[in-house]
Amino acid sequence: MKKIHYREWGIDSPRYWGLLAVLAAIVAVGGFATLYMEHEGHWVTGMTNQVVWGTPHVFAIFLIVAASGALNVASIGSVFGQKMYKPLARLSGLMAITLLVGGLIVLVLDLGQPTRLIVAMTTYNFKSIFAWNIYLYVGFLAIVAVYLFTMMERKANPYSHGVGVVAFVWRLALTTGTGSIFGFLVARQGYDAAIMAPMFIIMSFAYGLALYLLVLMFAFNTDERPLGDVLLRRLKNLLGVFVAAIFYFTLVYHLTNLYGTENHEFEAFILRDGGVYTWTFWLGWVLLGMLVPMGILFHPALGMQRGAIVIAALLVVIGGLSAIYVIVIGGQAFPLSMFPGYTVLESGYYDGVGGLARHYAPALPEVLLGLGGFALALLATFVAVRILQFLPASLADEVLDPHKAN
Amino acid sequence: MSQPTDQPSNTGRREFLAGATGVAAATVVAPGVFLQSVANAAPRDTAVSSDVRYGMLIDTSKCADGCNDCVTACDKENGLDMLVKPEGADDELWDMQRPRWIRTVKLRNNLTGHVSTLPMMCQHCEHPPCVDVCPTGASFRRADGIVMVDRHTCIGCRYCMMACPYNARSFIHEAVQFKLTATPRGKGCVESCNLCVQRRDNGGTTTACQDACKQGAIVFGDLKDPNSAVSQAMSKYPTVQIRADLKLNTGVRYTDV
Amino acid sequence: MKGKFGLSLLMALCLGLCGGLGVVYAGEGVEGSAKADRLDACVAPTAFMRRNHFELIEHQRHITVHEGIRKTDNSLAGCIDCHVRRDAQGSPVPVNAPGEFCAACHEYAGASLDCFTCHATKPTGN
Ligand code: HEC
Ligand code: HEC
Ligand code: HEC
Repeated sequence: MKKIHYREWGIDSPRYWGLLAVLAAIVAVGGFATLYMEHEGHWVTGMTNQVVWGTPHVFAIFLIVAASGALNVASIGSVFGQKMYKPLARLSGLMAITLLVGGLIVLVLDLGQPTRLIVAMTTYNFKSIFAWNIYLYVGFLAIVAVYLFTMMERKANPYSHGVGVVAFVWRLALTTGTGSIFGFLVARQGYDAAIMAPMFIIMSFAYGLALYLLVLMFAFNTDERPLGDVLLRRLKNLLGVFVAAIFYFTLVYHLTNLYGTENHEFEAFILRDGGVYTWTFWLGWVLLGMLVPMGILFHPALGMQRGAIVIAALLVVIGGLSAIYVIVIGGQAFPLSMFPGYTVLESGYYDGVGGLARHYAPALPEVLLGLGGFALALLATFVAVRILQFLPASLADEVLDPHKAN
Repeated sequence: MSQPTDQPSNTGRREFLAGATGVAAATVVAPGVFLQSVANAAPRDTAVSSDVRYGMLIDTSKCADGCNDCVTACDKENGLDMLVKPEGADDELWDMQRPRWIRTVKLRNNLTGHVSTLPMMCQHCEHPPCVDVCPTGASFRRADGIVMVDRHTCIGCRYCMMACPYNARSFIHEAVQFKLTATPRGKGCVESCNLCVQRRDNGGTTTACQDACKQGAIVFGDLKDPNSAVSQAMSKYPTVQIRADLKLNTGVRYTDV
Repeated sequence: MKGKFGLSLLMALCLGLCGGLGVVYAGEGVEGSAKADRLDACVAPTAFMRRNHFELIEHQRHITVHEGIRKTDNSLAGCIDCHVRRDAQGSPVPVNAPGEFCAACHEYAGASLDCFTCHATKPTGN
């Protein structure tokens, strides 16, 4: 491999500031939506006492999960010694941080008492996986920051591998922690499954890589930097494999659920009778999020077209949001089975009368808050690559691997 | 009625228990006649202890279909009826967002077709999932078995609501304009039935829902005292815990579901 | 841009507080109409109260909520009951209304509290 040079993102000012302005506008709209929700209270959202986590959680969890996945590219380079991935590591670390910050901000702003954040940082209940996650998130940010430093500061380079290994282990713990937030909810049928944690890890691989690919291709394309076919082929194949793995886990999750009788009703709800959740599952999670991208990525001709790869990555993101929507909201909409063997005829508190799902419809401010978090992550990424040397000057095949290049 | 609790500890407890038994017995003997001891009772001056575990027995067979008295009484006691629908709120949505500490549920047994009604509220578990998951420890179980929220440290994350198997908790979705001194409440925190904690600490021996139930379907008391009305009743009738499979050892039990 | 969110947060807080304060304002309290005005000592020496009242209340808050201890002079409900003033019609004026006992000082000291978003600002008799 030739020596890699890194350069600040050099697109011309009008385009750069234009991009920032658009993202900043989305962030601002998200900010105002938050202000409105905080001022009024959650009654202006679609959330209720039955569906207590709404669209902001979908976005937040997606971003947090994707953040740990974005770090994967760096891990492949440093932990698994794949030379070709090494030049990709800086952007990977950066996105791990920005995506996590974006997700956490959404999470915090959706709290009932966001101004009590200091309470959350100072009073812990160590039995709560949520409290552990606060450590995991903060630790992740710190470790990845150090990791970036060891990569970007020549004198610290020798430590890069070691820190990279720590970061990799930490990100596995982080995603397990995020997945366990659901795993611990024994009362809810959709969540009480051991497979939840590994499934979240594999989802993080795919969603993080998809976002990474999109940002990388966008940044390189707009700056007219070469991005070699060999590298791109590797990355898109990797994405394909990750998506296939989600497919496998999704299958196992539902098959094991179908095996146990007590989960039949939940399965019927998600797979057949759940209305919007069933649609989101089949159309969003399965078709758009897995089958179509796999079809594109593994297709001999399509898979090598950049436009097609971009579409596949976008679809993986949409599929990811759908998957988290089905898990988070579908899992709550399905009524708690409080009285097995009984049918609820009437209830003063929406206990799934007649087995019907609980109502939830996202309100606009919730969606704006979520999009604001997304935009914030991208904004921070684009600002950082502009002022610091995150992006390699070239990822042309002959730069990465002079022997294999044709 | 209720004895002052600030006596030498061993006799204090005896007296207190005796008091509790007396009232609860009165509840059974003469339903509809209740002793309102809240006003002139002595407030606690010692920390609650685990010598007591508060709980309830609900006799489902007595619970009358169509009756909502316990719910109305709870709303009144805890200031829930003072909440106003925010201007511009959708009626249906608001109904799903307003807090409710107790509710009635009507059930049909799928096999036998038998229909029953019962009140549902926080079951005051010995191993409450809401307490386990709370990141700040705001959701806690008091020494005397009451599961409640310290709303000074609640950050409104609603993880406890996700964890509760009984859908027992409410989130305050709007700014609260009117409230009682005894039951403060404000936007952005989670709350639920606390077995009328203000009555517990001021020497009261009943809960609002119990007082309101003309059928006498609700018996409240100390589960650890074998002589309390609730313990006596539990030893006489077969009782069940809802979602017993979760092994939470609930403080609220039911007969004849 | 992170600042924007921080700002939003701050503004949200301010709005919330103003809402909390605004809602409860009624008439103006009459000089000398609070119980405290007819007594000559607070629950602790006045100089101590001036500087440390919030520590008293916060301690009280913990032991009341977690330990159920209610027999005390230091309850927030007690502060309000004794310090609340009445207007010309004789109805209590919220203690956190502009110029009233708990507010006057805090405005001056620039202390902001969220207590009254939840706690009643005048005795409700319950
Ligand atoms: C989110 C709502 C909320 C906020 C905000 C709040 N409290 Fe409370 N507070 C409560 C509730 C609920 C109780 C329990 C009432 C009870 O059981 O008597 C309580 C009880 C108390 C008590 C014990 C009861 C009494 O009257 O003495 C004190 C003291 C107290 N709070 C002080 C404060 C102070 C000081 C603040 C502001 C820094 C504050 N609270 C803010 C909800 C709140
Ligand atoms: C029984 C009535 C009573 C109660 C209860 C009470 N106070 Fe007072 N408080 C007084 C009186 C009387 C004074 C005036 C003392 C003086 O003039 O030196 C006073 C003075 C004060 C002062 C100093 C005012 C100044 O002008 O410098 C503060 C602060 C105060 N109280 C706060 C509180 C707080 C907080 C509570 C609740 C924990 C409380 N009080 C409860 C009667 C009461
Ligand atoms: C003599 C002036 C004065 C009066 C009267 C007064 N306060 Fe304060 N209070 C202060 C000052 C000054 C602070 C800020 C202390 C600090 O921040 O160090 C404060 C802080 C507080 C805090 C802590 C705020 C926080 O965020 O931690 C509480 C609670 C409080 N006051 C309650 C009350 C109540 C309730 C009353 C009315 C019964 C009252 N105060 C009356 C001067 C006063």
